[in-house]
Amino acid sequence: MTAINYDSLNVGDALPVLATRPISRLDLALYCGASGDHNPIHVDIDFAKGAGMPDVFAHGMLSMAFLGRLLTDWVPQHQLREYSVRFVAITHVGDAITCTGEVVEKFEHNGERRLKLVLATKNQNDEIKLKGEAVIGFPG
Amino acid sequence: MIDTSFIGAALPAFSADVEAGRLRFFAKAIGQADPVYLDEQAARAAGFDGIPVPPTFLFCLEMESPNPAALREMLNIDIGRVLHGEQQFVYHAPAYVGDRLTFTPTVADIYAKKGGALEFVVRDTRVTNRRDELVAELRCVTVVRNG
Repeated sequence: MTAINYDSLNVGDALPVLATRPISRLDLALYCGASGDHNPIHVDIDFAKGAGMPDVFAHGMLSMAFLGRLLTDWVPQHQLREYSVRFVAITHVGDAITCTGEVVEKFEHNGERRLKLVLATKNQNDEIKLKGEAVIGFPG
Repeated sequence: MIDTSFIGAALPAFSADVEAGRLRFFAKAIGQADPVYLDEQAARAAGFDGIPVPPTFLFCLEMESPNPAALREMLNIDIGRVLHGEQQFVYHAPAYVGDRLTFTPTVADIYAKKGGALEFVVRDTRVTNRRDELVAELRCVTVVRNG
């Protein structure tokens, strides 16, 4: 990982994009087990249909984890101060997710230099699925 | 309608261990290949005191509650009708493989939109380590689809 230089960053700068392969049912099964989120709506199509959904769908937190990879591919995790998302649309089986981030603010907090980023995930049709924000700190 | 008198209610606190094998499984599930999240030596070489708990995994450890359905049962919510609306993490101190973390959840808010067609439950959780240091604060907003 190349160290990120705070002074050389500007509002409007983009993070390197992270793209996933299309989400499979196996991906959802693995995430169900690994995350401990055993809500059947993500893995059991009979349950999903019974709850009025056409099919199982991806855990929002799987996409939030993809966006987390975007962040920790860019800066070491101990610089991550805040990370939040809104799940604006359901991510479906077969969606290939693209994660993006952009610097929107440079500021100081308690003497620490910080960046605010806006984040998003989109599918292959450019439909926004998650919108988020993160704050990165640059100590010293 | 969800009983708003539960606003402010505490859910049972519990502790969860951060296990290396579980983090490897999580890394596989999210496509994480960075050795920092898989290998102790790589993590230390990168300046970490151990394999770090990845940014969203604290939410997963929150599922280690003796009763993960405690909130839904208390508020009488059908699991088939819930969607995850928002999730927030504020990080205060690092957490690593081998840590035991304590989760203290409370019901921060309950409100309705669209004439009650959608209801929202906000759960705030404080996460502390063995030294009683605040590791993180989590906020989870659950959406309940009515009708």
